[in-house]
Amino acid sequence: MSKIRKLAQASSRDLMVLAIVVTILALVPFGVSRFTLSVAIAALIFALAGIGWNVLSGFAGQFSFGHAAYFGLGAYTVAVTLTKYSISPWLGLILGGLVAAVFGLLTGWISFRFGLKGAYFALATFALAEMLRLTFNTVDFVGAGIGITIPLAGGDDWARIQFEDTPSLQYWVILGLVALSTLAVIGVMKSRIGSMMLAVREDEDAASALGINPLRAKLIAIAISGFITALAGGFYTQSLLFINSDLAFGPLVSVLILLRPIIGGVGTIWGPVLGAGILSVLGEATRSLVRQPPSFLQIIEGVNGLDQVLFGLILVVVIIRAPDGVLGWFRRRRQSRPA
Amino acid sequence: MNPVLSVRSVTKRFGGLTAVNGVSLDLGEGEILGIIGPNGAGKTTLFNVISGAIPPDQGEVVYGGDRIDRLAPYEIASRGLVRTFQVAKPFTGLTVLENVMVGAFLRRPEHDEAKVHARAMLERTGLDALADRPVKGLTLSARKRLELARALATDPTVLLLDEVLAGLTPTEGAEMVKVVRAIRDGGVSLLVIEHVMAAIMALSDRVAVIHHGELLAIGPPAQIAKDPTVVAAYLGEEFQIAPD
Repeated sequence: MSKIRKLAQASSRDLMVLAIVVTILALVPFGVSRFTLSVAIAALIFALAGIGWNVLSGFAGQFSFGHAAYFGLGAYTVAVTLTKYSISPWLGLILGGLVAAVFGLLTGWISFRFGLKGAYFALATFALAEMLRLTFNTVDFVGAGIGITIPLAGGDDWARIQFEDTPSLQYWVILGLVALSTLAVIGVMKSRIGSMMLAVREDEDAASALGINPLRAKLIAIAISGFITALAGGFYTQSLLFINSDLAFGPLVSVLILLRPIIGGVGTIWGPVLGAGILSVLGEATRSLVRQPPSFLQIIEGVNGLDQVLFGLILVVVIIRAPDGVLGWFRRRRQSRPA
Repeated sequence: MNPVLSVRSVTKRFGGLTAVNGVSLDLGEGEILGIIGPNGAGKTTLFNVISGAIPPDQGEVVYGGDRIDRLAPYEIASRGLVRTFQVAKPFTGLTVLENVMVGAFLRRPEHDEAKVHARAMLERTGLDALADRPVKGLTLSARKRLELARALATDPTVLLLDEVLAGLTPTEGAEMVKVVRAIRDGGVSLLVIEHVMAAIMALSDRVAVIHHGELLAIGPPAQIAKDPTVVAAYLGEEFQIAPD
């Protein structure tokens, strides 16, 4: 307990920010429509997946282009354990996290052992996610090409994490998962393990010369990372009540996951959540602009796919202006000021 | 003399080039042993072999009673034999304090303890005022001291310093010599590669001269400076030891 208390003192500022952010986000359901709430839920799901990605790729510096692997393993574990063995999705979430962590340890051990770095490691993660996608698309036990449909519980059912009548509850559950994961990441990054990850990211030889086993640091990172991203995948199944191999393991999923922390700030505690917020607002704004443009832009009304193009263009501008994310941009501005 | 570290007939070849050829030397407890030699003499290769970065082709390295020449660098470092790099390798994304904490965490798993220890190391190396600065923008002198502070934070028994004086101004160099002496007085044995002749002669208890990968001579600075083979091969003229 005293260890936890000490850690809490060391990261008091992060914890205060966490309390404030969670309190504000917890109030969102009181002021928005059911549609907006569903957008917010989706944003939090990918924020959570991004928090996981950020541990391996942001803090430990091993860029993953295949986090759909963990997301999908989480999603399918919940779906399979619920529909085949009637296991509560709460337990399914944990099991999915463990399955993903073990998958990360095994594949990470092979990749890192053989010295895969940078683009080569990224490609390996991409290939692994594709491999899982194709496997789950063929194996009958997991629904093959059809996927798995989660039966409706009807009404609000805490045991099955389905809230037909009160979607706010679903929002608060995913917000809780985001808060817990952020708390865990804050704790890890203030600990020896976090310091090991950062050192390995910055310079493996120098880290090794200070007694750090780089392989061990990377494996711890990949296990934590996979676990958190799998939680997001498991919750995704519960919010969609359906999963198939493209939704779980598709390349687009990997991109959606890594985009959040990259926009918000890679290797920062709040990057994934901030990035998820920015991207949702941006996505909804461009969509509604194309749906109901102001009178002088009447010409773009209802043009198919134009919102996506606008979204993409704005993204490009953001990435050019702030290559290290919005938080990185703020930090640079603060540092460039004379002290 | 009680050796804490023994290098025994170590040879390392890179293709046709023999970078280190049958070098043997002992580092005594609490000793500062300087290693000098011209560029390409094999000094850094010898360091790389001792610290586990590359395995020797022949010979062995014994530390704390065990052979360590097949261990990984992090295993050797966790046993208390820690090196610095000739070209400083700071963790550029972290602050000065965070850099040193990476070292401090090796023996102190608790965040607070590691932080207190890291601050103490910054004080010893005169970096305390820069603790919360990012590494980017540090002067060369500060980078060298950071390299030292980080290694020191691991509580080493033996410290290998690779050119911590190179590129420093005379004043900065004199400061560094004081710091290194103080480290030895704290009970650490040091193996020091150096280019700056006056400094190494003044700093070391003994000096080893390496030339073309071979150990040419080893002994007290005064004796080395007069050694005719050393003078002929390396120093070029009789070397005057700078007065303390």
